[in-house]
Amino acid sequence: MAERVIYAMYDDDDVLKDGAKKLVAKGVKVAEVFSPFPIHGIDPIIGVKNTRLGIMAFLYGLTGLTLATIGMRYFMIVDWPMNIGGKPSMSYVQNMLAFIPISFEFTVLCAAHGMALTYFLRNKTLPGLPAQNPDPRTTDDRFVMEIRTSDNAKFSAEELETLLKETGIVELDQKEIK
Amino acid sequence: MHKEAAIREPLILGHKTYHDITEDICRPIEDKAPRMWYVLFSIALIIGLYGVGCILYLLGTGIGVWGLNKTINWAWDITNFVWWVGIGHAGTLISAVLLLFRQRWRMAINRSAEAMTIFAVFMAGIFPLIHMGRLWMGYFVMPIPNQFGSLWVNFNSPLLWDVFAISTYLSVGFVFWYIGLIPDFATLRDRAKKPVSKKMYSILSFGWSGRAKHWNRFELVSLVLAGLATPLVFSVHSIVSFDFATSVIPGWHTTIFPPYFVAGAVFSGFAMVQTLMLIMRKAMNLEAYIHTRHVEYMNIVIMVTGSIVGTAYITELFISWYSGVEYEGYAFFNRATGPYWWAYWSMMTCNVISPQLMWFRKLRRSLLFTFIISIVVNIGMWFERYVIIVTSLHRDYLPSAWSMHYPSHIDIGIYVGTIGLFFVFFLLFARFFPVLPIAELKTILKIAGESYKNAPDTHHGHDDHGHGSHGHAAADHTAHVEAPEAGEIASEGSSEEEQSNDENNSGEETSSEEEK
Repeated sequence: MAERVIYAMYDDDDVLKDGAKKLVAKGVKVAEVFSPFPIHGIDPIIGVKNTRLGIMAFLYGLTGLTLATIGMRYFMIVDWPMNIGGKPSMSYVQNMLAFIPISFEFTVLCAAHGMALTYFLRNKTLPGLPAQNPDPRTTDDRFVMEIRTSDNAKFSAEELETLLKETGIVELDQKEIK
Repeated sequence: MHKEAAIREPLILGHKTYHDITEDICRPIEDKAPRMWYVLFSIALIIGLYGVGCILYLLGTGIGVWGLNKTINWAWDITNFVWWVGIGHAGTLISAVLLLFRQRWRMAINRSAEAMTIFAVFMAGIFPLIHMGRLWMGYFVMPIPNQFGSLWVNFNSPLLWDVFAISTYLSVGFVFWYIGLIPDFATLRDRAKKPVSKKMYSILSFGWSGRAKHWNRFELVSLVLAGLATPLVFSVHSIVSFDFATSVIPGWHTTIFPPYFVAGAVFSGFAMVQTLMLIMRKAMNLEAYIHTRHVEYMNIVIMVTGSIVGTAYITELFISWYSGVEYEGYAFFNRATGPYWWAYWSMMTCNVISPQLMWFRKLRRSLLFTFIISIVVNIGMWFERYVIIVTSLHRDYLPSAWSMHYPSHIDIGIYVGTIGLFFVFFLLFARFFPVLPIAELKTILKIAGESYKNAPDTHHGHDDHGHGSHGHAAADHTAHVEAPEAGEIASEGSSEEEQSNDENNSGEETSSEEEK
């Protein structure tokens, strides 16, 4: 069965937010919202969960710290201990103060880049990928709400359109996908 | 929505709509470049190419072409390095530290300040690299297994810390900047008419579509990167200062160096931001977004960090006497009264006295005065590094080895050349990249835009407590008069009011960040 996707366009973020609130209260499932900037407070309304990228950043940072510690211990203490300025490199703990700057920098390096890469991969935004916003104006001043008929079995497409029209939309568009 | 007090000056002047913001920022990129751009770009390119020529000559001949000698074995190279790294501190400070402090005014300047940071750190990076003499051996600074009996780099050395600090700073700063640029590239992509620019911006925008989940991740990633970049900003210049502070040269061996260098870096970085922004806002018609209030905020930062630097100078001077170390005492006495007195007193005048003038409201709100001071500060900060480095070295332990430093024309050529290259990069940035964060500015339009803010004439006083319904009433008021878009909100009045009240209950301070 062909699925219908309805795109309702708004010209104000607050109107869209209120519209989404009303629709969700009536039991409509909003599949996606495309906007030119983050609409604060839309996520809980349409059921977008908070991202866990922060936890990933912490784990990447921990990895960086571990790598830096293991690396510097191996280079400076185990593999080739040097006596620099009368301070022999015999134990990691005693020499650790000199290793703090690089441990810190490497932690930040791994946390930041690890998180950024995960962000790109999870978003599926990578150089050369095609844009998926339904209308080019959604990166300017238009806000689009996407509603799929397959998500809303209890409403017909016409009912959904009527409901949407009550929320102050400026344009309505739909597409059939297989 | 979190309302700002009516008494605060709006951050976006005029009656802008979302579309106006897009237009104002995209038009200078889409239109033909003005003649002035070509003139400036040619001048910068010629100076930059001259610098590249000097660098090539240096690489071909050896670093003996610098004006160094046996006594003064470190001079303009490290001075320029520290100067550029210092300038490269403002961007990340603005975007990271001010993001954590929820300063909305940063949104007008963070994009170009970050670009400036990245280009300044590029310029800084040139100096240690060419200082190696054999650029192609640059990979020696990395801890890689090698054929010399696995001799590792010295992890106890601040010079190696620098390698890690600067490369981390540069790459993290770049990622932070680029992640913010992606949604704005998407805006440019969707507006582009010509096939070439459409293709370029679609590659640069990584296929960004503005989905709700992506924005959710975007905001968290920005916040976490800001959290990571904040200690990074402070660590980088601290580590740069360790290059000196961990040595035993009188005048360098000082524990005050890390905080003093960091304050100096922010000081010079903001001065450079002022220099660039004051020109850019005029040339690209961005006066509505970067106006007197922004300049004033930055001047306050300059004033505060300038005072920290001044305090540090005087503390250092006092301690050199109070410590009773005669070598230390002599180093400072010699700085102020020796053959380099002119450098010392230029530094004192430019860095200690000039920022104090910013206490006067009239002066710190004067754009011309700010522009002059911003250049004076950067001259002063260059002298600071020159004074620290050269005057500490030029009179060493044997009076027979005492010497003076005279820069060669290659020294001068490379320094001036990096300024040229810096402007080449910055002008290219201003020509092809969105110089203001379009998406972020739109998020503050309803909070701090003039047409949405309570009109001060009619709504004095009673809006100060920032209650949602009052804020809304004011938006309603202006809507009928000027802003057509505000009318939309007005018609949805009741529910928005409800929303504002909900958020006000959760506490005014936290609500803006919670929404993020």
